Amino acid sequence: MASAYTPGLRVTAEAQIVRERRLPLQGEVLVSEGDRVAADSIVARTALPGRVFALNAAGKLNIVESDLPSMMQVTQGAKVTEGDVLAETPGILGLFRSRLVAPVDGTVESISAATGRVMVQASPLPVEVQAYVDGEVVEVWPSEGCVVRTQGALCQGIFGVGGETRGRILVVAGRGEVVTERHFGSESMQGAVAVGGALLTFEGFQAARQAGVRAIVAGALDYQDIARVVGRQVGVAVTGGERLGITLVLTEGFGRIEMARRTFKLLESLEGDVAAVNGATQIRAGVVRPEIIVPSRSSSVELQTTHHSRLDVGSRVRVIRTPNFGKLGHVTELPVQSRRMPSESSVRVCVVQLDSGDSVTVPRANVELFGE
Amino acid sequence: MSDPSSIGRPALDWSRVRSVLATDCGSTTTKAILIERQPDGTFCLTARGEAPTTVEAPFEDVTHGVRNAALEVQELCGRRLVREEGEDGCAPQDWLLRPQTAEGGVDAYISTSSAGGGLQMVAMGVVSSMSTDSALRAALGAGAVVMDAFSIDDGRPPHQKIERIRQLRPDMVVMAGGVDGGTQRHVLQLAEIVSAASPKPRLGSSYSLPVVYAGNQDCRTEVERILADKVTVISERNVRPTLEEEDLLPARERIHDLFLEHVMRQAPGYPQLIELADAQIVPTPGAVGHLIRSVAEERKQNVLGVDIGGATTDVFSVFGGRFNRTVSANLGMSYSVNNVLVEAGFENVVRWLPFDCEQVELRNRVGNKMIRPTTVPVDLVDLQIEQAIAREALRLALKQHKEFAVELRGIQTDRTISDAFRQSHRSRSLIRMNDLDLVIGSGGVLSHAPRRVQAMRILIDAFLPQGFTEIAVDSIFMMPHLGALAAHHPEAAAQVFERDCLVRLGTCIAPVGRARIGAPCLRVLIEAERRTHSFECAVGELRVVALPLGEFATVQVTPTRRFDLGNGFGTSVQKKVGGGVVGMVFDTRGRPKPWLNGSGRLERLRQWSRACEEYPEGHEDAIQNPQDAGMPLYG
Repeated sequence: MASAYTPGLRVTAEAQIVRERRLPLQGEVLVSEGDRVAADSIVARTALPGRVFALNAAGKLNIVESDLPSMMQVTQGAKVTEGDVLAETPGILGLFRSRLVAPVDGTVESISAATGRVMVQASPLPVEVQAYVDGEVVEVWPSEGCVVRTQGALCQGIFGVGGETRGRILVVAGRGEVVTERHFGSESMQGAVAVGGALLTFEGFQAARQAGVRAIVAGALDYQDIARVVGRQVGVAVTGGERLGITLVLTEGFGRIEMARRTFKLLESLEGDVAAVNGATQIRAGVVRPEIIVPSRSSSVELQTTHHSRLDVGSRVRVIRTPNFGKLGHVTELPVQSRRMPSESSVRVCVVQLDSGDSVTVPRANVELFGE
Repeated sequence: MSDPSSIGRPALDWSRVRSVLATDCGSTTTKAILIERQPDGTFCLTARGEAPTTVEAPFEDVTHGVRNAALEVQELCGRRLVREEGEDGCAPQDWLLRPQTAEGGVDAYISTSSAGGGLQMVAMGVVSSMSTDSALRAALGAGAVVMDAFSIDDGRPPHQKIERIRQLRPDMVVMAGGVDGGTQRHVLQLAEIVSAASPKPRLGSSYSLPVVYAGNQDCRTEVERILADKVTVISERNVRPTLEEEDLLPARERIHDLFLEHVMRQAPGYPQLIELADAQIVPTPGAVGHLIRSVAEERKQNVLGVDIGGATTDVFSVFGGRFNRTVSANLGMSYSVNNVLVEAGFENVVRWLPFDCEQVELRNRVGNKMIRPTTVPVDLVDLQIEQAIAREALRLALKQHKEFAVELRGIQTDRTISDAFRQSHRSRSLIRMNDLDLVIGSGGVLSHAPRRVQAMRILIDAFLPQGFTEIAVDSIFMMPHLGALAAHHPEAAAQVFERDCLVRLGTCIAPVGRARIGAPCLRVLIEAERRTHSFECAVGELRVVALPLGEFATVQVTPTRRFDLGNGFGTSVQKKVGGGVVGMVFDTRGRPKPWLNGSGRLERLRQWSRACEEYPEGHEDAIQNPQDAGMPLYG
């Protein structure tokens, strides 16, 4: 076989980047195709249904369920405000009346003579979606959202936590350094996207958060510190919803691993520029990787999307498992027949000429395309 | 299983089929196998290929992955299966050469699928241990991943249930509750909760979420009325018509039909896949379950099947004719590998490693596997770590299965005085390890273990079978394919299953009991092919006796008075045992709690490995310091 399919992370100085901006439920899209938007522009909004209160009306009024409709003071679908009387018993000679009142502003969803319950839904909660990156609206999905396109640098990480944020890139450490609290002493770090390091310590992360850093991009972290960062054990890599006040992006993984030279050089070259950062990671079907996007200052160059997922002879790859973890090279051969590894596993392989000059045989599953 | 011809291509005359291409579209990989009729008229596997599944962007069409996997089969078998685009003026979707001719092609194409998360469902019932369990069993039996189960008595207030249902966005809901003629009020409360949540389907914003109502038939109309504007209600026979009876088949089949007719049609490329296939697409676990049931019925045995995947582990069992399936949603070997470590704990994983390992090192390695889930172990240290995790994933999955596969609850039973003193409200599990006849393992870590004995050790260590238990594995992960084929060509499926799929590893012989390590445990007499062999086993041993495939032996085992092999403590047992690629494994490590921890653990693990020839000779010397094989700094 002359080629194979393999995943890869993108680290590139200039790319055309499109991001879907989708509402969680149908709503209103506020932009049109062709509009220029800033990262903080609101492009769509909706209202999430409010909390539902299931009121045991029959129990509260001390009546049988089938009598409930006749006791209701409001009808299904009625708007109510907190404290409004929803149902009332006639009492005895007008005395000893029992009342059911609305616990919240909202709408009467249902009145059931079978279960004796009244459902009141609280007022909707407004939700707005921002553009996330400076760019152009290239597609609009009526009632659902839009697609924003930008041009610029894209750096995908391997794992992250925390949601979307923005800030100016600030290199705080070399790519081989251990990042500790001493790297985050300066007040100028407020609102920054801090970059650097082979290993971010938990103390370093805490210091960054206290210094008001919006995001940290580091090579790696000890896995057991993830639980301390997030406040819970992360069993499966589905993240992004954490409210930490800071977003974390790891470019390499867990353990002490230097940030890849190319990644570091790219981010270093962008120091001072505003980056959009998202730590959301989903390593499941529909894989989502964390990312750092820095839109270009000029947008005159039209780029084609050149992201391939095909492994061919000549492909630039990175080894992503021991041994040779992290080394870069070019594919020189894609043998058809399986080969036996030291573990005695028989797998399909590729032969990679490493940048060091060595030629190694690696399972195809253990390389990723290194997008350049 | 439903009529295969109702969807897709015109009905095929399966009796004339000479070759079948079968695929399983998994979350990450699409696996294709080619089955061909041989000159003697029997069917066998002739090639296997795989390619990444292409449900996601940028492809968003599952048939690309199917085509790529078929191309790999074509390359390996040297026979043409795939047309080039536009060749012979054919439409692009007609890329698969059919029927079989002298130039190539196949007569039939079938597929199973769990891509894009498979069938994701929510189960609902009135009482968690009764109707909700029945709804769960119906959903699981149809091959679903159950995202959550709701009951009136689950302790969550209604608003929490409503919020949760809104968040989940399942493909389908199955709702049960009440026996026929029984409670209506609580069933209607459930319907009100669903109505208030107004759940939206995961795929496709334009279609209405299907809700299968299989509860008290007396309130069917009222349930349909409450839910009318919010979801599509499909009423089916009650899964629990009486307390003593569970009737899952109608609901299960309805779920399966709805999956094909509604859910699958929303997934990227599935309309094309349905058109391409000669039979209905079957959810992967549904196909495996079908095959396990067939094996149990045919052999009249109690069977435990397990499929350990990347994200989930499915356990199937047939005990006393009763089928059960559970999905442990976050126990798996790639996406969920780290969760196994979290749930099992470091101590439980490391107890299987024949070397010392720092906690931080192990957690980092496992974390790195989680974030690069498709990578495979190259060195022995990584392999042993993955196999240790597999043991724990399987152990936890079986524990969950045992808790779920119980006798029907809610039935009035006679309680003895001892029951009353125990104050136990839990039903008896159907899974009794000393009644288990056959274990079938499937999934990459078992099917692709470099040595078959490694798969046997993983299954024995994880499940701790008792007495005499045959162990087998799916050779290259093709049970889903054969499960789907069995519905249309049972003869071909059975032949390929026996010949190419089922690898008989051997028989585990393990007495129940415990004594100090080194104390006498078993006296064994084996008679095979006019040869006899006798020996004694002490407590704490693993001993392998080769018995090749196709051979049989009469094994007489006499346990000491602290041990029981099924006939009582100290009573001997004689059985006829079939051979396997590993042979007979005498396991005297003790049951139900074996000797695993404590002083001398490392040496014992190494002894067991040596006794089984589990790893290459001299491997222990290579692994004096696993950190040496760790991750170097790089740049």
